[in-house]
Amino acid sequence: MTMVFSSGEAVGDSAPRFPRKRKGISGRSIAILVFLSICAAFFLVPLYVIITTSFKTMEQIREGAIFSLPSPITIEPWINAWDNACSGIRCEGLKVGFWNSVAILLPSLALSMILSSVTGYALALWNVRWAGTFLFLLFICAFVPFQIIMIPLIILSSGLKVYGTIWGIAIIHAVLSMPFLTLVFRNYYKGIPQEIMSAAMMDSGSFWRIFGEIIVPMSGNIFIVVLILQVTSIWNDFLLGLTFGGLGTQPMSVVLANVVITTTGEAAYNENMAAALLTAIPPLVIYFVLGKFFVQGITAGAIKG
Amino acid sequence: MPRVIFEDIIKSYGKLTVLKNLDLAIDDGEFLVLLGPSGCGKTTLLNLLAGLLDVTAGRIMIGERDVTDLDPKDRGLAMVFQSYALYPTKTVRGNLKFGLAAHKLPPAEVEQRIAWAAKLLQIEPLLDRKPAQLSGGQRQRVAIGRALVKKVGVFLFDEPLSNLDAKLRTEMRLEIKKLHDELKSTIVYVTHDQIEAMTMATRIAVMDAGVIQQFGTPDEIYGRPANLFVAGFIGSPAMNLRPATLSVSGGKVAARAAGVNLDVTHYGFVTPPRDGQSVVIGLRPEHFGEPDAAVADPAGNFSLPVQYSEKTGSDATAYLKFGDGLIATRVDPEQIGRFKQGDTVNISFPQGKLHVFDASSGRRL
Repeated sequence: MTMVFSSGEAVGDSAPRFPRKRKGISGRSIAILVFLSICAAFFLVPLYVIITTSFKTMEQIREGAIFSLPSPITIEPWINAWDNACSGIRCEGLKVGFWNSVAILLPSLALSMILSSVTGYALALWNVRWAGTFLFLLFICAFVPFQIIMIPLIILSSGLKVYGTIWGIAIIHAVLSMPFLTLVFRNYYKGIPQEIMSAAMMDSGSFWRIFGEIIVPMSGNIFIVVLILQVTSIWNDFLLGLTFGGLGTQPMSVVLANVVITTTGEAAYNENMAAALLTAIPPLVIYFVLGKFFVQGITAGAIKG
Repeated sequence: MPRVIFEDIIKSYGKLTVLKNLDLAIDDGEFLVLLGPSGCGKTTLLNLLAGLLDVTAGRIMIGERDVTDLDPKDRGLAMVFQSYALYPTKTVRGNLKFGLAAHKLPPAEVEQRIAWAAKLLQIEPLLDRKPAQLSGGQRQRVAIGRALVKKVGVFLFDEPLSNLDAKLRTEMRLEIKKLHDELKSTIVYVTHDQIEAMTMATRIAVMDAGVIQQFGTPDEIYGRPANLFVAGFIGSPAMNLRPATLSVSGGKVAARAAGVNLDVTHYGFVTPPRDGQSVVIGLRPEHFGEPDAAVADPAGNFSLPVQYSEKTGSDATAYLKFGDGLIATRVDPEQIGRFKQGDTVNISFPQGKLHVFDASSGRRL
């Protein structure tokens, strides 16, 4: 006879019991729930204030009750923030910054993903001379803080006549993210079974054809991961946009900061809140839209199973 | 269709030498099986031929061409991998088509070849499926199809059946054999499964420790193993190998092992036997006679206690205590009742089936 002991009670027969006994709420789970609620409140309370304030009129804000619901509800702060909020002496709203950010984001996304996926593919799956040394260098580069190379980079980019242009910011984003992304791609491609690569070498043997026809179609997941990573970091970047953006080529984050610090007369809290929310929305949208694509395994059916 | 020749191949990784001065010539249309235990270098040899690895020294010829420094795609070979290595994002048709990626062919020819291979392998209904939607046996067929469409003279197989279940393996074994008969191409096939080797090969190269131990037809390998390694590796249950001493007197040669004298006078010694020479005698379990019945020209009679016996359905094996070890004998399953544990049985062994090896060099005498 087998005796099964579980949490102090003896079960005589070994047959499984259905339905399983539900555990009651214990002291431990209550503590966890309370802790998680506090954590959630920590983020949710400021968010609540930002959202409600952005729909309030200035009259209501002046009353000082920051937790009250907006009445009447107005979307004027949102329109103002988008269209004619003042950043310095220019009162054109956030829209200029938004389009600048888009113009920076798209080329630097394309550039960084192409550059690092091809490099990662070569390092992982082809016999590249000095691959180990190169990887080590990349590893070091991935951990050099941007602030250390900021001034040399400014001198370099102004020498190349790209300082202060949207392309300059885009290229610098792509270059700075390249070491880390290359490591990400390289590690992902190392997971591709060697025999698939051997088969492709025998079937085609062409670097680009194997990449385009076999490897890229297998890389959907990692491209989405890198896309989310890049969209978030490029969109939310402030320092690079501030130091490399010229007048009129600044990204949304920099324009937002200028809108918030530019005050003539009273501080337009509702407009500032709306501007902050407008800036935060795009990466969130990307995250929610693409998040559900992390599903299928990469090599389903390729090898024995 | 070409001959494949390996000339003085050396392959080493740093200080570790995997293949040592290996020479091998594979005839046109031959089904060559490279057989050996794991780590014996057989897959390395195949990869060298495929061009997936570079030789350290030596030369590989396919037909009249020296392919030693050619890229895999330029060698005129097709390979089937152990894990099938299908392209997961492509359909079966796409997989077959990519098999022709390096062969700049007109689209009509590509379509025609795919149709031909699909018909031959009976995978026509699967052409638009992805590998994930196929069973193991179907994937195996697709992998073979991807090699077939190339219509090359030499096909390489790297343990292609080891991931299939026993029944499917037997089926695919026959099909590969049939394909070989139909296509008349040269096949180099790597396996560690001696049944596969014995059933399919026209010739077998038995490898161990990076050296070809014996190269011959399945009958030669089984009937005249060149050394102790081959003798012990081929056959199941394995050949009984027992140390013995030769005594030569008055034109009679006998081998004495654990108190039993075996008459080896008529054994075809390659080198003349010396008196007192240490040898190893080899007795295949399946060559023992029936219990209590004499065989023609017995080399010796054994009277041994039964240690235990086992049945596998079509076969039965009895293990008899001999000296301080065991001797396996293949028994007709209907006779196994006569081998009771502890009983002593009398069996004899025919002269013509005996193997004698030199104890120090391991070579066949």
